[in-house]
Order: sequence, then structure tokens, then C-alpha cells
Amino acid sequence: MNSSDCRVTRRAVLVRAAQAAVAAGVASRCQLAAAEKSPARFPDYEIWDMHGHLTSPGATPKEKITNLLRAADRMGIERVIVFMGYPWTYEPTPDDMRRENDQVLEAVAGSGGRAYGFVYVNPRHTEASLAEMDRCIEGGPMVGVKLWVAVRCFEECLDPIVERATELKAPVLQHTWYKITGNLPGESTAGDLAILAARHPKATFIAAHTGGDWELGIRAIRGLPNVTAEICGGNPTAGFVEMAVRELGAERVMYGSDYSGRSFASQLAKVYGADISEEAKRLILAGNIKRMLAPIFKAKGMTL
Amino acid sequence: MIVDVNVHLSRWPFRRLACDELPRLIEKLQAGGVDQAWAASFDAVFHKDVAAVNSRLAADCRKTRPGMLLPFGTVNPTLPDWREDVRRCHEEHKMPGVRLYPGYHGYALDAPELAELLTMAEERGLVVQVVVRLEDTRMQHPLMRVEDVDPKPLAELVAARPKLRVVVLNALKGVRAGVLAALVAAGQVYFEISMLEGVEGIANLLGQVPAERLLFGSHLPMFVLESALLKLQESELTAAQIEAITHGNAERLLNG
Ligand SMILES: [Zn+2]
Repeated sequence: MNSSDCRVTRRAVLVRAAQAAVAAGVASRCQLAAAEKSPARFPDYEIWDMHGHLTSPGATPKEKITNLLRAADRMGIERVIVFMGYPWTYEPTPDDMRRENDQVLEAVAGSGGRAYGFVYVNPRHTEASLAEMDRCIEGGPMVGVKLWVAVRCFEECLDPIVERATELKAPVLQHTWYKITGNLPGESTAGDLAILAARHPKATFIAAHTGGDWELGIRAIRGLPNVTAEICGGNPTAGFVEMAVRELGAERVMYGSDYSGRSFASQLAKVYGADISEEAKRLILAGNIKRMLAPIFKAKGMTL
Repeated sequence: MIVDVNVHLSRWPFRRLACDELPRLIEKLQAGGVDQAWAASFDAVFHKDVAAVNSRLAADCRKTRPGMLLPFGTVNPTLPDWREDVRRCHEEHKMPGVRLYPGYHGYALDAPELAELLTMAEERGLVVQVVVRLEDTRMQHPLMRVEDVDPKPLAELVAARPKLRVVVLNALKGVRAGVLAALVAAGQVYFEISMLEGVEGIANLLGQVPAERLLFGSHLPMFVLESALLKLQESELTAAQIEAITHGNAERLLNG
């Protein structure tokens, strides 16, 4: 690429990072392209953002995902996983589930192959949830299950959902938080997820937010090898990712942002700023989610 | 060229932080391209002998090259003879400003002592930094729960003191847009980006807070420095906006 070519390539985006960070004040993309030979601040990581929602500007799911991906390009993020529609529902009815999942299906279809969906279900409506999983995963393009705050996840109504997800080779992502200010009635802690994960050793779980209060969350899931810590949605507090890698191993830590309520910058910084090996960063930013999704991608004939 | 207006020295009581010792902090700032940091001390949040904290802070800042760390001492207006701390910060330590922690020190922004403190700061030409929060209230230590400060009453205080310069720290998540706009309209009030969130956060914020009132702040060492740096990349900004946010506004503010 020569300096008169102003297309924003992934490389130029990363060079822009370097320039903004080290010599803040660089003007145009053209100047950045010209600066391409200077050493980049961060290596050219492959990045999958494992957690986010259709909250970007836009009138339709397609417009929302398009706007989101434009911002993702600036940060070198190649693929995103998306779940839940709009408006949000804490305790979705079967109709809510279908509406929200339809919005995600539209976004996935309009993403040029860069977004993958997880089906959003409410275990309280067990049959309707199983039907949505069949519709969106077995009969559709979705590759995982999202559980939010409808039911605390140690409850028995989770069992058929986890069993079906395991048959479909779909990971189960559960929102987890320990709030000293008080959880919602149906909001799970990371300890709740540990109880569920112990009942289903063959299932694959993702602890979204790592329990929020990560110094508790990491400990809660430490003994459960089938639970991966996903780091999105909190402050970029120093030490989070280091503790997760120390206690769980880098193979059990995963980057997500909780876009667009959180910024890509603050969430990526947790990984970029961590005192861990380059290999660990590569696993967290893309390697682990790709390995986790490989079985379902293979079953669906999708390429990674 | 970057001026980071939101840095702390010393230790956070509830966690060791990678950059909670001076050499490592300086190394990190320099590696990130930060040429100047406005530093207070975590000790000031918790210690009653704040005069000793301020002296240590001034001494620590002198250990670096001139202009690298600017000390912002702390005044706690609930302590006896707090006015003497204002005088020492200004006259003895030659500090450019002070940092206040109303939430941790337990006073409201409508406390009469605060009004008097702001008047003293205006007369002495001290920049006043007001800390809205230090961490997420949802995950504080159970024995140390501190509410966020509502900066709304600052508008009236600032409007009555046209020469006063105020920087509100750690405010850009949770404070309502209307309050931000009211503070901007009231007088010389600035915000920094350390707790700003949302995809393309800076670009979105510019509708409520003009670039002329935004400063670069990292909240290092509590936060990783990369977060604030990457926010400059995440939003499509003009060269003039980047220049203003990273150092132009801070320099103008300091030269008051
Ligand atoms: Zn989320």
C-alpha cells in the first residue's frame, strides 16, 4: 500500500493505534498510511469479540451491526458474537424470545459473515426455549446459547437446556455477577454457574463478566474445567486478566467487550495492558473462542 | 504529547496494582507516550494525617524529571484546620492544584466548608480536581462502601466563581448528560476520559461536552493505561480534537 492510498486497511487501523497512542496528534488516514513503516504499538492480533448486543445506532438490525462493525474495524476486531435484541427483556416470554432472536438472525445475515449469533432463551419457559434452540441453532446459523437474568442458573429448569446445547455442540454463556449492591432476583453469581457446571461436566460454559467482581468470580469457577472466564463489561482494572490467567490458565480466559454499552477500548485494554505472555494474549483475543466453536462450526459445515 | 490528568501514587489498600510503585509507574507512563501526569496519592483518600501525605507526594514528584509528575495535594475539609493544608499545598509545595474526595471523606457538595475551600482555590489560582468515584460501587469491599458523588451542585458553586478551574475526575459513566451540560455551561469545568464508556465513546460525548472541555485521564494505576489510549483510536477525531484532548486543553487550563 502506498501513502497516497487512503483505504483503511486492518494494518492502517493498527498503525493508527500506534500513532494515536505514542504521538497523539496525527491527522489523517493518509498520514497514518504513510507512517505504516513505524513500529506498531500492539502486535497484529486476530480479535474475536465474544460478547455484545444490538445497541448501536441504526433503525434495523442490519444497520446496527453495520455501524458496530465500522467501529470494530477501527480496533482491528474481525468477528463478533451477538445476542439479545431490542428492547431488552429480563424475563422474555416465548414471543419476546422469538422477536429478539429474529433480530439477531437479521443482524447475522447482514454482517457479511463477520457476526455469529447465540440464541437468547428463558429457562423458565423450558419448552419454548428448547424450540428456539432448535429453530436458531439446529435449523439456523446460531452457534451458542445466551442466558441472562431470568432464572438463577443452578435451578433444575436449566438442565434440559444444557443437555440440548451439549447435543448441538453449543457453548452456554451465562451472565454472572456478584453485586455488593444486590443482584436482581433471577441474576446468577459465578458460584451459581459452578453448581450448574458441576452437574454437566460434558457441557461447555462461559462465565460472562467473570462474576463482575472478578476477584470472587475467578475463585468461584476455578475448580470447574468446563467453565471459561469471559472478561467483558466491567472497568479496565489492573490485574484482572493476570489473576484469571494465573488461576485458570490462559486457555480458560476469553475477551469480550459487551458492546456497545462498553467501549472496545476499555475492554481490549484489559488484555493489551496485562502482564501475560503474547501467546496468552492470542488465546484470549481469538484462539480460545475459535477452539470452543470448532465442533459446532464443523457440524454445521461452517469454516472458522 | 500527552498530559494525563488522573494518576495516583502509592498503594490502593484492597489490591496490589502493577504500577503502584514509582519507578514502574514512570516507566509505564513513558512507554505510553505520556509526558506529564497530574498525580495525587491514594494515601490521601484514607489517611487522617493528610499533611504528611501531601509532603510525601511533593517529594515523590521531585524524584522525576521536572514537569513529569505534577503534585495535586489533597484537602479534606472535614479535618480540623484544613485551611492550613490549602496554604501548604500552595505556598510550601508550590502545587498547581488540589484533588478532593467528597465521597471518601464524607461531605456533600453543598457543605459550607467546600464553598469556602473553592473560594480559597479561586483566590490562590489553584486548579480543583473533584473525584466522583474511584471504583465500581457494585464491587467495593463490603466494609468500605462509598457512594458516587453527584456533581450537580458544582454548577452553582462554579457559576459564582468565574475564575475557578475545576476538573471532574472519573465522572463520565453514570453522570447524566443534562448534568454534564449544566456543568459545562456554568463555568470552567473540565472532564477526563478514564471512565468514559460505550463504543466510539469520545465521539458520542462531543454532543454534550465540547472537545475544549475534555482531558486525557487514565486513572492509572487503578486502571490500565491502554484503556484511555485506545479511546483516542476508537472514535474518529480530527487532529485538532486529538491535540486538544491529549494536551492542549490541559496546558491552557494549567496556565489559567
Ligand atoms: Zn451483555
